[in-house]
Amino acid sequence: MSIEEGDKLHVVTADDISNNKKRLGKFLVWGSALILIFTLLIQALDTNAYLTIGLETWRPSLYAYVLWAFCLCASQVLTRGEHGKRVLFVLPAALFVISMVVFPLLFGLVIAFSDWNLSSPDGRTFNGWDNVRQMWVDPFYWNALKNMVWYTLVIILEYTVAFGLAILLNSQIRGRKFFRVAFLLPLMLSPVAVSWMIGKSMLEIRFGPISRFLRWLASEPSTDLPALLYYPGMYIADIAQWFGWASPSFFGSAGIARAMIMAMDAWTFIPFMMIMILAGLQAIPRELYEASEVDGASKWRQFLEITFPLMLPVSITAVLIRIIFKLKLADIIINITSGGPGGATDSVTSFIFREYRDRSNVGYGTLLAIVYLVIIVIAMTVLIKIADRWMKPRY
Amino acid sequence: MSNQIFRDSDSDRQFSASWFTGRVFVYSILLLWAFICLFPIYWTITTSFKMAPDVMKGNIIPWVDFTPKWLGWRSLGLSPETIGIESTVREEFLKRFWNSAIVSVCSSIIAVGLGSCAAYGLSRFNYRFGFMRNSDISFFFLSQLILPPVVLALPFLVLYKSLNLLDTRIGLILLYTLTVLPIVIWIMRDQFSSIPTELEEAALVDGLSIWGAFTTIIMPIALPGMVAAFILSLVLTWNEYFFAALLTSSHAKTLPVMVASQTGSQGISWWSMAALSFAAILPLIVIAIILERYIIKGMAAGAVK
Repeated sequence: MSIEEGDKLHVVTADDISNNKKRLGKFLVWGSALILIFTLLIQALDTNAYLTIGLETWRPSLYAYVLWAFCLCASQVLTRGEHGKRVLFVLPAALFVISMVVFPLLFGLVIAFSDWNLSSPDGRTFNGWDNVRQMWVDPFYWNALKNMVWYTLVIILEYTVAFGLAILLNSQIRGRKFFRVAFLLPLMLSPVAVSWMIGKSMLEIRFGPISRFLRWLASEPSTDLPALLYYPGMYIADIAQWFGWASPSFFGSAGIARAMIMAMDAWTFIPFMMIMILAGLQAIPRELYEASEVDGASKWRQFLEITFPLMLPVSITAVLIRIIFKLKLADIIINITSGGPGGATDSVTSFIFREYRDRSNVGYGTLLAIVYLVIIVIAMTVLIKIADRWMKPRY
Repeated sequence: MSNQIFRDSDSDRQFSASWFTGRVFVYSILLLWAFICLFPIYWTITTSFKMAPDVMKGNIIPWVDFTPKWLGWRSLGLSPETIGIESTVREEFLKRFWNSAIVSVCSSIIAVGLGSCAAYGLSRFNYRFGFMRNSDISFFFLSQLILPPVVLALPFLVLYKSLNLLDTRIGLILLYTLTVLPIVIWIMRDQFSSIPTELEEAALVDGLSIWGAFTTIIMPIALPGMVAAFILSLVLTWNEYFFAALLTSSHAKTLPVMVASQTGSQGISWWSMAALSFAAILPLIVIAIILERYIIKGMAAGAVK
């Protein structure tokens, strides 16, 4: 890493780094690198039974790696003085991310093309494209991908609700603090707790308050009600019965179960989009509305001509981040339906989770995950490109 | 007052009527949504004080419909009578709670530390790393957000197994730090670029080193942003379930995994489940109510440029 000219913060430094310091720095890096390579080599020989030291874990290699990382940081300062100190801002984070992401990803690629069942004693064997062929004909994986498309599409609805709520919160209302806290709370709750609170108790068929409420709607109103209430009651009961609310079931049929998962996920994440949109709304200057009012614009027209266009960048950011979070959706599904009925609610993540937990099938699961990653990266790149083009001013 | 000069015309009076209906409409929607947000929490709290008949009859309002009982909390060992007595369930619960607290606080601190430094460096200096310039390095950090946890989960499972880090808090802390780091960098980069560089220039002229200027001048100014980033990471890591379910079994199990394992077993009583769920979400509810300002600030940071 080196520093280019044109920093935002200009610092004039006169470093005179002695040759000894430079040598010490170089010695640190290469010395620790040698230790690392040496440890790795010994461990590799040991695990392949060429040596018999009997190391149980790869911990020594981990320690050697950490030592090397420290020496690398220290040598930056030793050999390059003030410049090295600046590199030190980014280097630790970069090293951390690289070692935690890039290395496991490469390792994951190796696993993905091998037949590896953790519960079988054979260990890992390469099987080439077998996993890919298996994936190609696995209807459950394609089904999970299809479900992810549905789950992602419903973000449009979530966005509409979040936008509406943000506009209401931004208008002149009393008790704004109360509403803000109340609206924020669902985001704080852990999806696991939510899946019990809503999925398993409130939507429970016999005793859950929501099913009770629906049954109450579907029941015939008692005849001694005044006519003003009785006839609407009858009407509601007819509609409710037509929807099958007399004996509601939330996770029985595919469509309703998926809608329930969507609703629960929306419940936790609408606050997130709402807050981002609210921040955007508060940044719109008042003068624009005043000017448009003078010009005689209606509220609806103000929304179409001022609010929505000005909110477009914020909206796109919010929706993109929401999509990223949505693609990780799993906790609620794992805990409530575990993919059922018949895989109708499965997300890719929950499907792979079960693939691992029920069958210990590490190799196949990793391949599915990596294919998913490739699909996501392509889709997100296309989306960001489209969004970029859309956001560019056309006037 | 027959000779009043300024009068509301008819159209103005109509407007006030429509203004009134508008108010009613706005408040009823706000209240409805507040109800939707709060009712599940209310339901969980009240259910933890119910007994079997209350659950079956669907009683909702305490002291009107039913008399609150400590049944749910007693099964956790947290009711007034059982708080003094030995209780294995409470031990278990406290252990999981403690695990969750340590893991989420440690990983948030590490993430805010690493992330703030990186964000500061990226907002002040131009780096070059091979073909990567500043914007590429930023993108590299932020792109980690796209990475779905499931891609890392299985390689990590195997790696941790060979490193003997499975079922340890350190393993979870490292992984959680990784998952929240992009969010921290995103928030902090925004914070630092809003602080004028003249501040550090003055400090450097006065003889501070760049790290001295960063720790003594810039960090105090950026503290609200750091708190926001810290709380957001805390929320995300406290609630994390996927990695914890895969990578921990007995020693380092966190609270969400404990809650999930209870829901799995059929026949568990509602009141104790409600008590457990509520105990798991309570810390974050308290944080949300007290520190709502910071959370909103953190989430709004990246939204508005």
